[in-house]
Amino acid sequence: MKNEGGFLNNLGKIYGMYTGGFVAFVILLGILEQVGVPNKIIGYLFIFFTIAVYAGIGILSRTMQVSEYYVAGRQVPAVYNGMATAADWMSAASFIAMAGGLYGSGYSYLAFVVGWTGGYVLVAVLIAPFLRKFGAYTVPDFLGARYGGNFARTIGIIILFCCSFSYILGQITGTGIIASRFLGISFELAVFVGLAGILVCSMLGGMRAVTWTQVAQYIVLIIAYLIPVVILSAQKTGVPIPQLMYGQVLQEIQHLEATKPALAGAKPFMATPANATEALNFFALILCLMVGTASLPHVLMRFFTTPSVKAARQSVGWALLFIFILYFTAPAYASFAKLEVYQNVLGAGVSTVEAVQQLFATSPWVRIYGDLGLVKLCGFTGDPTAGVMMTADAVFKACQGLNLTELTHSAFSIQSDVVVIATPEIAGLPYVIAGLVAAGGLAAALSTADGLLLAIANALSHDVYYRMVDPTATTHKRLVVARVLLVAVAVLGALVATTRPGGILALVAWAFSLAAAGLFPALVMGVWWKRTTKEGAIAGMLAGFGVTLFYLIMTRYGGMGEWFGVKNISAGLFGIPTAFLVTYVVSLMTPAPSKEMQDFIDAIRIPKGQTLMDEKT
Amino acid sequence: MADSNMSSGGAEAHWAKTKSLMITTMIIWFVFSFGIHFFVDALNGIVIFGFPMGWYMAAQGSLIVFVVTIFWFASRQNAIDEEFGVSEDSQ
Repeated sequence: MKNEGGFLNNLGKIYGMYTGGFVAFVILLGILEQVGVPNKIIGYLFIFFTIAVYAGIGILSRTMQVSEYYVAGRQVPAVYNGMATAADWMSAASFIAMAGGLYGSGYSYLAFVVGWTGGYVLVAVLIAPFLRKFGAYTVPDFLGARYGGNFARTIGIIILFCCSFSYILGQITGTGIIASRFLGISFELAVFVGLAGILVCSMLGGMRAVTWTQVAQYIVLIIAYLIPVVILSAQKTGVPIPQLMYGQVLQEIQHLEATKPALAGAKPFMATPANATEALNFFALILCLMVGTASLPHVLMRFFTTPSVKAARQSVGWALLFIFILYFTAPAYASFAKLEVYQNVLGAGVSTVEAVQQLFATSPWVRIYGDLGLVKLCGFTGDPTAGVMMTADAVFKACQGLNLTELTHSAFSIQSDVVVIATPEIAGLPYVIAGLVAAGGLAAALSTADGLLLAIANALSHDVYYRMVDPTATTHKRLVVARVLLVAVAVLGALVATTRPGGILALVAWAFSLAAAGLFPALVMGVWWKRTTKEGAIAGMLAGFGVTLFYLIMTRYGGMGEWFGVKNISAGLFGIPTAFLVTYVVSLMTPAPSKEMQDFIDAIRIPKGQTLMDEKT
Repeated sequence: MADSNMSSGGAEAHWAKTKSLMITTMIIWFVFSFGIHFFVDALNGIVIFGFPMGWYMAAQGSLIVFVVTIFWFASRQNAIDEEFGVSEDSQ
């Protein structure tokens, strides 16, 4: 690329202008809304323009060089790689579901907040700098080199595929849901709109294109996440710093829980684990999420793109800082929503139709989301497909059926995704902000899907095709194969997603335990314990992955009881130690690695010197 | 390769320091990932700015420690690499 130097030297200016342009675009849409442009058009413009920008970056970043395609030419500065990693990492689940989960489960859900952040310490200290020095294009690439041969590589590919494919289905489904809501098209069609959005970002430019679109997507998603809750905080507390001000909100929630009759018997928001089993599950989940984070290939491969080992380490810090900005805001979202419900919705009179109308007047969002079937009052909710609306009359009758004169906590339920999506309406903000939140959710889902897609397709094109099938392939041929496989994996993902595989989506949560038990011990011990042998690592990967998979399948489908009450999301609690132990024992039973291998390990332990797997072309 | 500019004794000393930094960092990681949350009920007795401290540590405190720890670790490890002449910038 002719302008490469110019682009890399002016990143701050370019992304600064981009951010300004995006803010101006939101303001412009706000003005259009005020002059009477219908909501549907605003939603269309949001989705169309953001995808068009990502596509533009994707096309500008097209490349025909192998190292550009796989690792963005190793030229991504630490700060920008941090932003790209944050977007890569934060999926639709982080953006939409996390605040909802906190709303529903309170303190016990904070295991996700701690677990999905602390893993980066492991990445920075134990893994990323060494893989960067090695010069890997993919995670199985490292396994293949360290554990001599294609058997270890193949196991790595299988584990990678199991973790990443279920994960990508979740992201494609997420883009489909958001696009169908805001474009008013069917879910099946929306999945393919999302697919187009994913492919334009990744197909022409591989890692290079995904990197620069992810930076752009991070900017959109973080602005979209912060604005509604910042405004809500300013309204409720007078200070626009929700992360600081929700302390007061927590106090009010506690006060209402203790005094309001309608809340009698509700589980307190800040209830801590009540017994040893709950505490065990809290800590086991933290462990599995952290170790899983440090083993997921689509996260690790982002650190192959930095210019140096030093930059790789710093880049992990930047990544976590950018992730932190969203994660420490999520509990604020949950708390403000909780207070709104506790103050204005629960305890509201429902003994007359007028009283219900009064509730709809103070909290209009209840009716808006009730119409969509996402909020239930006295067991009643709307059904958009059948044209059933949430009328005051219907709610009144439902509550009379339950003999309720006021709304109690058990007579109210809210679908957890609504917490983030409804915040603009709770704060009484114009529709443009709701559109902004949708654009943010879409950016989160697209950026993660891109990273995952690249992780899977690169393992197939680099590890399977180039390393195992045809090591003599020309650069041109390799890149063509890489793109064909990328499209094939994406289309397969979209086809599976359109069947709405509920069961498979539940597997997303399993990805962390599977990656943790399957990959983490082999990666860490390969660097930190020279004595680790090929046989030891292979046995460890198989044992860890096997035990975890066995526990997951048997507890979910096989009717097996839980061991020590550990929930199956934390299956890695058994798999991780098994893998470490088996690797250790089998390594000691087999001959020590060769002198060449020991030198190889010495070389990846220091930043100085060439990467060990240089592209020969 | 590894020991081109460095005696093997230097390489061992470098790795020893690297390992001890790793262990220190892992201890900090462990304390703020698990240790401190054992005391959530006791910490919740302390309320600062409306936040019960047990909640605060899981919602913000540990996260801030993780971010600071990584940057601190990165600069310490770089100092070790420079001390032994194995950083990327050294000749």
